[in-house]
Amino acid sequence: MWPQRVYAGLNQAPWANPVFISVALLASALQLSGVAYQTYFSGAQFIHFLLGPAVVGLGWPLWVRRQELMHHGWRLLLASCVGGGCAALSAGTLAWALDLPSDVVRSLIPKSVTAPVAMGVAETIGGIPALAAVFAVITGMVGALSAKYLFAWMGLKNSPRDWRIRGFALGTVAHGIGAARAIQVNEDAGAYAGLGLGLQVILASVLIPLALSWPL
Amino acid sequence: MPVIQGFTALLVLQTIGEILARSLHLLFPGPVAGMVLLVPALFWPPLRASTASVVPFLLQHLSLLFVPVGVGVVTHLGLIESAGVRLLVVIVVATWVGMVACALCLRWLWPNVSTPDAPANRP
Repeated sequence: MWPQRVYAGLNQAPWANPVFISVALLASALQLSGVAYQTYFSGAQFIHFLLGPAVVGLGWPLWVRRQELMHHGWRLLLASCVGGGCAALSAGTLAWALDLPSDVVRSLIPKSVTAPVAMGVAETIGGIPALAAVFAVITGMVGALSAKYLFAWMGLKNSPRDWRIRGFALGTVAHGIGAARAIQVNEDAGAYAGLGLGLQVILASVLIPLALSWPL
Repeated sequence: MPVIQGFTALLVLQTIGEILARSLHLLFPGPVAGMVLLVPALFWPPLRASTASVVPFLLQHLSLLFVPVGVGVVTHLGLIESAGVRLLVVIVVATWVGMVACALCLRWLWPNVSTPDAPANRP
């Protein structure tokens, strides 16, 4: 996978993210060659299929750190609520303020969870599942690409605690793609990203539909 | 063949997760339920050994697995043309707000202690 080697060669510069490069190249290639997405997707099924076991595998780093996790559980839960809540809330209000159509707004709200779950939540709240999946992937890429700079701006250092904070924030808001980036950069960050991702899935699936059913 | 066994174990858990998710009408997808199941399951040494060989590989290449879904963006080019800039603004701003809020919250909750790794953590 040469994008991976380019990435490593560039000292893992965020903008050289392999997902971003691969998606951009493939999307352009599909457009230029006129190949239908369905055709491409049926060929890429094998890779897509691995996503399931990989998500299950995220349980592994959690198990390794179970002592820490049990000790810090409530803090992580709170941070997941705050992070995910802010992401969803800001997405919804900003989209509404910018006059985007209602179903698009509702597809943007769940973008912080991993794509398949975002699709499910979107469907529940009146959004468009396919769009929600795309927004989720873009969110993941935005998070993965900008995390390094964002966290530097926030003043997060290289301590073990700060790596965990970075990882958890990435996993909570930029889900799988953010977690993938975290895993590549630092082991602690990666583990906490997996936890952030998992917690956010559970919280968002339950709380977003709940929150949206009140004013209606 | 630990790799095959490990991979099979993950698939089995994913399937169990899917079955549970559907039959209990859980709100999250099968693989996530499988993930939740994996954690206690790892207390069983044979499972631990077999998954240890395949999980790091999968997680290291996690990015790649998102490429097919990501390329799906080509099916929505019309919307991107009409609302593309606004969509991007919403996504970027909301993502940053979320990440900063989450990090701030954790930083506040974890004042100055850098949490030591308990030696018992490592298998």
